[in-house]
Amino acid sequence: MSGYRMKRAARLALAPSVALLIVGMIVPLATTLWLSFRYYNLMNPALGGFAGLSNYEFFLTDPAFAQAIVNTILLVGGVLAITVAGGILLGLLFDQPMWGRGMARLLVIAPFFVMPTVSALVWKNMLMHPGYGIFAWVAMKLGLSPVEWLSNHPLLSIILIVAWQWLPFATLIFLTALQSLDHEQQEAARMDGAGPLDRLVYIILPHLGRAITVVILMETIFILAIFAEIFVTTSGGPGYASTNLPYLIYVQALMQFDVGAASAGAIIAVVLANIVAIFAIRLAGRNLTA
Amino acid sequence: MGSIKLDGLKKAFGSQTVIPDANLEIADGEFVVFVGPSGCGKSTLLRLIAGLEEPTDGRILIDGRDVTHAAPARRKLAMVFQSYALYPHMSVYQNIAFPLKMAGEKADVIRVRVQEVATSLDLLPYLERRPRALSGGQRQRVAIGRAIIRQPAGFLFDEPLSNLDAALRVSMRTEISELHRRLRSTMIYVTHDQVEAMTMADRIAVMNAGRIEQFDTPLELYRRPANMFVAGFIGSPKMNFIEGARAREYDARTIGIRPEAIDWSIDSGKWRGRVERVEHLGAETVVHLSLDTADILTFRTPLDERLVAGRTIHVSPREDSIYRFDGEGRAIPGPKRNP
Ligand SMILES: Nc1ncnc2c1ncn2[C@@H]1O[C@H](COP(=O)(O)OP(=O)(O)O)[C@@H](O)[C@H]1O
Ligand SMILES: [Mg+2]
Repeated sequence: MSGYRMKRAARLALAPSVALLIVGMIVPLATTLWLSFRYYNLMNPALGGFAGLSNYEFFLTDPAFAQAIVNTILLVGGVLAITVAGGILLGLLFDQPMWGRGMARLLVIAPFFVMPTVSALVWKNMLMHPGYGIFAWVAMKLGLSPVEWLSNHPLLSIILIVAWQWLPFATLIFLTALQSLDHEQQEAARMDGAGPLDRLVYIILPHLGRAITVVILMETIFILAIFAEIFVTTSGGPGYASTNLPYLIYVQALMQFDVGAASAGAIIAVVLANIVAIFAIRLAGRNLTA
Repeated sequence: MGSIKLDGLKKAFGSQTVIPDANLEIADGEFVVFVGPSGCGKSTLLRLIAGLEEPTDGRILIDGRDVTHAAPARRKLAMVFQSYALYPHMSVYQNIAFPLKMAGEKADVIRVRVQEVATSLDLLPYLERRPRALSGGQRQRVAIGRAIIRQPAGFLFDEPLSNLDAALRVSMRTEISELHRRLRSTMIYVTHDQVEAMTMADRIAVMNAGRIEQFDTPLELYRRPANMFVAGFIGSPKMNFIEGARAREYDARTIGIRPEAIDWSIDSGKWRGRVERVEHLGAETVVHLSLDTADILTFRTPLDERLVAGRTIHVSPREDSIYRFDGEGRAIPGPKRNP
C-alpha cells in the first residue's frame, strides 16, 4: 500500500472513535457553554434569558473562587510532592533484593484498587476520627491530645487521603523504571567515588526523569478533578477551607441551584485545565522525546 | 604504587562456591590477564579486587595495605566495564570529569585534566556529545578516559573489547597495550580470548572453575603448561591429547602434542591415518586426521595440494615436543619434553 493510501486507511479506522469522542465531549461542552450565558436558576424559574458575561462575573468575583483556585493548586502540588518523593523512596526500597518482595509489591498496589469514596470513608471514620480513629488512639497512647484532622486541617487531610491513593501508581511506575537502570552504571559510579546520595542525584534521578514526567502528567489530570474524597469527608468545609474548583461548581449548581453560574465555573475550569495540560504536555514532550 | 596480593580469597554466592581459594601476587606495573572459559569466575575475581563484591573469606592487599573491606573508591583502582557503563544523560566531558567531581576537585583543575585526557584519547571533538551519539570505539575510549583521569594505582578491565567488531578489537588491543606502556600502572584484564591474553599480557592467570590453574608468562604457559587444562587452553588450534598404548609408550596416562609439532609424509612415519578434513587458511593448512584408533589428530602445515580428504598419510610427532600428563591431568616433568 502506498503511504498516502495507508494514511487514508488509518484515518478511516480511527474515524469511529474520533466521532464518538466528539459527540461525547463536544455536546456537553456546547451545552455548558450555552448555559453559561443564560440566566438559569432552579429556585427561580421565572428568571431567564441571555445573561451576557454576568454569570462569569458572578463566579469570578465570588471570594470562594479565589480560595478554590488556591486550594486546587495546593491539593495538586501537595499530592504530587508526596507521591513523587514517596514513590521514589518506595520504588528504591522495593527494588532491593529482599525476602517476600513479590508479595510486598502486590500489597503496595492494593490501595489503587480501592474506590475513592470507600477509601475516603475509611480514612474519615477509621483513621482520622478524633473519637475512635486509629490516629487518635495512637496520640492518646503517646499521651497527646487527638488531632481533629478533618475540622482543623481539612485540606491537609484531603491531601493525605488522595496521596495515599496515588502513591501505589507512582511507586509502580518508578519501580519499573528503576528495574531498567543498568547495574554496571551504578557500580561504575561506586568505583568513581559516588556515595549513595551522589548516586541518587547523578544516576538514579536523571534515569527516572521520564517516569517522573509521566507521573506528574497523569496525576495532575486526575487530581485537578478530585471530588468524591471532598464530598464524603469535609464537604468542602469548614467554610471553603477544603473546597476546590470542581467542588465549588457542584456547590454552585446543586446547593445554590444556580445552573448558569455553575456552567460559567465549569467553562472556567475547562480553560484552566487546558492551560495546565498545554504546559504539562509541552514539558512531557520535551522530556519524553529527549 | 600498585602491587596487588590475593591471600586465600574465597567467594560463595549462597551455597555455590564460585572462587574456592585464590592466591595471587601481582607486581607493580604488571599487565596481568585473567583468562578462562565463560563462567569460570573471572569477573567475580575482578569484582572482588574492585570491591564490588564482598569476599566470603581471605584478604586483598594493595601495596601491602589490607583493603579487603574497603569501599571501591578507596582502593585507588579504576574499572572499565564490558558495557562501558557510561552515564547516558551526561556529556562526554561530564562522564570523564565525574570521578574528579566526586573527589571534590576544583572546577578549573577538572577542566585542565579533562582536556589532557581527552587530547590523549582523541576525544576533543566529542566532548559535548552524549554517549549515545558515539561509535563503539569512541565509547570505549570515553570509558578509558573516565578510568585514567583519577590516575589510579591500577586498572581493571572486564572483557572491554567483546562488544567491538573484529577489526576494531585488534586496534583497541594495541591502544590498551600502548596505554599500559605509557602509564606504567598495574592492569588486570579479563578475557575469554586466549589470543588477546597471549598478545597483551606480561603474565597470565589461567582460570578454570574458579581456580587459578597456572600464573605465568605467555611463553612459559605455552612451553610448560602445568596441567592438561592449561595445555589445552593455550594455543590454537588446541593441543592434541592421546591416551592408551601410544601414551603408555611415553610412561604417561595422556600425551599432548601441539598441532605445530607434527610432521607428515605420504609414505613413512610413526603413525598412519586418514585425512578427514582440510582447512585452508591461506598461509597455512589445518588438517584433521583420524588415526586407526578413535583418536583425531590435528596438525598445521604449509599449503600442500596432496593433502585431500580421504587420503591416507603418515605423521610423526617431534619427540622433543611431547607433553606427558599423569592420571590427574598434571604435567609430568621429564626428559621427553621440550626444554
Ligand atoms: N551475583 C551472583 N549471584 C549468584 N551467582 C553468581 C553471581 N555472579 C556470578 N555468579 C556465578 O558465578 C559464576 C562465575 O561467574 P563470572 O565470574 O561472571 O564468570 P566469567 O566472568 O568467568 O564468565 C557463574 O556460575 C555465575 O553464575
Ligand atoms: Mg565475565
